[in-house]
Amino acid sequence: MSKLKSKIPEGPLAEKWTRHKNSVKLVNPANKAKLDIIVVGTGLSGASAISTLAELGYNIKAFCFQDSPRRAHSVAAQGGINAAKNYKNDGDSVFRLFNDILKGGDYRSREANVYRAAEVSNQTIDQLVAAGVPFAREYSGYLDNRSFGGVQVSRTFYAKGQTGQQCLLGAYSGMIRQIAKGKVTMYNRRDMLDLVIIDGKARGIITRNLVTGEIERHSAHAVVLASGGYGTIYYLSTLAVGSNATAAWAAHKKGAFFSNPSFVQIHPTSIPQLNDYQAKLTLMSESLRNDGRIWVPKKKGDKRHPVDIPKDERDYYLERRYPAFGNLVPRDVASRAAKERCDAGYGVGESGLSVYLDFSRAIERLGKKAIENKYGNLFEMYEKITGINPYNEPMRIYPAGHYTMGGLWVDYNLMTTIPGLFAIGESNFSDHGANRLGAGSLMQCAGDGYFILPVTIGDYLADEIKTPKISTDSSEFDKAEKESHDKLSKLMAVNGTQTVTSFHRRLGRIMWDLCGMVRNEKGLKKAMKEIASLREEFWKDVKIPGTIDEVNQELEKAVKVADFMELGKLMCQDAINRKESCGAHFREESQTPEGEAQRIDDEYSYVASWEYLGEGNDHALHQEKLAFDNVKMQERSYK
Amino acid sequence: MEIKLKIWRQKNATSEGTFIDYILTGVSEEMSFLEMLDFLNTTLIERGDEPVAFEHDCREGICGSCSLYINGRPHGPGNLVTTCELRMTRFKDGDNIVVEPWRAKSFPVIKDLIADRSAFDKIMEAGGFISVNTGSAPEANSIPIMKEASDEAFDAATCIGCGACVAACKNSSAMLFVAAKVSHLALLSQGRAESARRARAMVTKMDELGFGSCTNTGACEAECPKGISLAHIARLNREFLKAGIKS
Amino acid sequence: MSSFINASVGKKFLVSISGIFLITFLAVHLTVNLFLLAGQESYNMAAHFMATNPAIKIMEPLLALGFLLHIGYSAFLTFTNRDTRPLKYAMVDQKETSTWPSRNMFVLGTLIFIFLVLHLSNFWVKMKFGEMSYIDYGGEMVQDAYSLIKAKFVIWWYVIIYIAGAVFLGLHLLHGFQSAFQTLGLSNQLWRKRLMILGTAYSIIIATGFSIIPIYFLVNAFL
Repeated sequence: MSKLKSKIPEGPLAEKWTRHKNSVKLVNPANKAKLDIIVVGTGLSGASAISTLAELGYNIKAFCFQDSPRRAHSVAAQGGINAAKNYKNDGDSVFRLFNDILKGGDYRSREANVYRAAEVSNQTIDQLVAAGVPFAREYSGYLDNRSFGGVQVSRTFYAKGQTGQQCLLGAYSGMIRQIAKGKVTMYNRRDMLDLVIIDGKARGIITRNLVTGEIERHSAHAVVLASGGYGTIYYLSTLAVGSNATAAWAAHKKGAFFSNPSFVQIHPTSIPQLNDYQAKLTLMSESLRNDGRIWVPKKKGDKRHPVDIPKDERDYYLERRYPAFGNLVPRDVASRAAKERCDAGYGVGESGLSVYLDFSRAIERLGKKAIENKYGNLFEMYEKITGINPYNEPMRIYPAGHYTMGGLWVDYNLMTTIPGLFAIGESNFSDHGANRLGAGSLMQCAGDGYFILPVTIGDYLADEIKTPKISTDSSEFDKAEKESHDKLSKLMAVNGTQTVTSFHRRLGRIMWDLCGMVRNEKGLKKAMKEIASLREEFWKDVKIPGTIDEVNQELEKAVKVADFMELGKLMCQDAINRKESCGAHFREESQTPEGEAQRIDDEYSYVASWEYLGEGNDHALHQEKLAFDNVKMQERSYK
Repeated sequence: MEIKLKIWRQKNATSEGTFIDYILTGVSEEMSFLEMLDFLNTTLIERGDEPVAFEHDCREGICGSCSLYINGRPHGPGNLVTTCELRMTRFKDGDNIVVEPWRAKSFPVIKDLIADRSAFDKIMEAGGFISVNTGSAPEANSIPIMKEASDEAFDAATCIGCGACVAACKNSSAMLFVAAKVSHLALLSQGRAESARRARAMVTKMDELGFGSCTNTGACEAECPKGISLAHIARLNREFLKAGIKS
Repeated sequence: MSSFINASVGKKFLVSISGIFLITFLAVHLTVNLFLLAGQESYNMAAHFMATNPAIKIMEPLLALGFLLHIGYSAFLTFTNRDTRPLKYAMVDQKETSTWPSRNMFVLGTLIFIFLVLHLSNFWVKMKFGEMSYIDYGGEMVQDAYSLIKAKFVIWWYVIIYIAGAVFLGLHLLHGFQSAFQTLGLSNQLWRKRLMILGTAYSIIIATGFSIIPIYFLVNAFL
């Protein structure tokens, strides 16, 4: 326990961040120019951090595995980005946004971090607009807002269904401006394989050049991970196929604690799986629930065409169970409710694993044009994939793995347990607790990158101004490079018979069934056993064609899956440890008589942070107790 | 169904490539084009061959990674789709399908169907941004922008940087890509200040990188998966002219 | 300014401006030529008016310059563009995505250029430097260009060449007209459609207008 110092500043909640900003150490401009920072990942958090740090004068080395930083998966966020601007005058405030995030996360996140995230959200909108993000506007020329799942105010800024793309491109443009100025060196098509620690501090990384296969060394005074989440562990998820946990996992194995790994958000509105070859699931923005109504037939196994089922034979189960929030309940609640209906035999579609999302009433009420304006591109996307026109008949949707609230443990300065290693955006655990509210991801990523990290990293680097450039000629780099090389060689040497993807599919299946929307101890233990034997099989029988020194996409996948095998086990372990239900983590053993999640605050009001103790050893658990001084922990009721 | 594939295989940037024929059976109509290629790759790996390298990531048409030239068209038959959104329902049993990488001097092939599009980032570096430092932004609603202008800017900003415009253009011109960015930022008051300078810098960089010039054939617009309009090229030309007059 | 011309878009401006200038010239040219249908005197007088008008005198070298710019810069751009794709596609399917003339402006331009050389040597050179007969119209001695033209257009293969020339020109304009405005930035979503219609109409007028004249003479010769 003593290992986790959250460094939350003293003072009243609303003043903590200001006080902290006023008291952190500063680095003067001349010294900044002498300091190097590595940033891994160029999504919204990475790109915004890179541009801001470079503007401040630091030298940045930026890494991404894609061919261009613009392709990072923030690009796929659809619905929006929250801010407490209160443009709608509906009573919104920083405190309310904070309270909503905290409550949405089922009180499993740090008050101070969440408040700060809400506090900087307004500045983030200003910054993105100034960078040219074309958020939706009203005819007055002012910015428009919409409401989003889990809250009762309209505070979501959006750019049709492509808000993530627009925000990312805004941050990317700031970043390339600094590349042009020479303040940022961009290394694309690089996978980070390992973290290099010298004298207890993060000083560099080992990467694989995905074009030449070369194992490279890069050094810096500090390392920032902005490497995203690990939702692809489920194989089928809404994430980009290339998303991985490799960078974060490498850091974890080098000493960074991993927090709440089992907190994974299953998004309620994804297009259901259509065939066995599918490589990913496509998300349909949650914003659709603003106007769409979710239902299943009241009769079990009703095979009639949805438009032929009369209104009174439809079960609008969310409206029935949660009259106050109806279709706008948070994601975890909506997902579980869908699973509950499908498991009970009311699901629709061939597999019975989907529910309807119906726009007929909204179209009647607002007109087709209005619906098209709001969701046009989403409807098109749905039709492209399924061949069904959602203007005429309801969409079919089902939950899918989406966002990982868990991640590397960080203190208030966003520094991990390894000095000099920072984690921002989805790669850290800090803001969303056990469940993330819609439109909260972009908010956190941009806030971390633009406004928080650039301040807090200075506090660390102020003590590094006398440290000369870090040389890559050291035994630590030698060792890390050798280890990376050995790992790849070992993978190549297996030369078995099964493809990497087949292993990933099987792992995904185990995780989805046993460590997905609903978990229980028996299932989780079974999962751990299955993962262990799958992992053994993987290392005996995986087949990777080609060589290390060339473009080798199978090898890239294998590295990712090898890590997932280990991470999957930790996720199960974390889920077993947390015997309560909270947020997205639903333990069957802990539910109310009505089947709602039952928190056990006395025992589990902590962040579960896991320390890696070497291959073959169990992880050690460290608890960071959570204190709530400014809000009363409520039961999360959306009824 | 069974399909006959003719796929460009090239070991690396320096080696010469060639077409290899594959007959793939058991293809389902429900597959996307990329899932069909995944399926082919599984077959290849299982029989000890090297899988076909191609780029893809989000698989929902937004990241711009996928980039295949299929049967003579970027992103294959049909309009407003990326390769990952292309479904096998477009093809029928016995079809021949020719798959090539984007071809342009400025997009050299790295391996098989992967072309290096980093030239696009270079163009963006030349001026595809608004020079605003973090922290100096004014209150967001202090800059009202006409909804029409904002909507049009959004349409331009939906460019995913896939390079289909270059692949489709007989001159391998990147004008639609450049125009999308210049137009997006020129339409917003925040971006106006730099718009002429931006237009010139980006066009100059585009020329320098070996992309061709625009002859307004409109193939880029027709093949753009996001339907970005030629009208943006006209706006780019206007901005460029202004830059010329000012200099 | 040099950076303007050095850029591809700058060169394209010159091609467009010279193109629009040539488009205007074509309208004047066709108008004068249509006098051929009104008879010998009308045409000869019209031609005389053009030949002696000081404004036209000034325009002549400009027109030559227009041709040179148009041909020179488009040839340069075309050859530059050829290098942008060293390895060609094995299969190209553009039938749905662009029109044939738009992809073949240089081919059409070259054909028109060949036609132009023939055309100039047949008429313009002769009228300027050749031995011409003169007719007295009310005291003014006027070149009898009418007879020169008439003599050529009774030859059937000449007529075919001229019709082909007119069609190439029409096809060139079909793309060139709206393309010129697009390059100058004088277009948007709405105007592009209008310019398309306008350009198509203009191309048809030019192609049929210039074709009617040789056909008229040929038909008359056989009547």
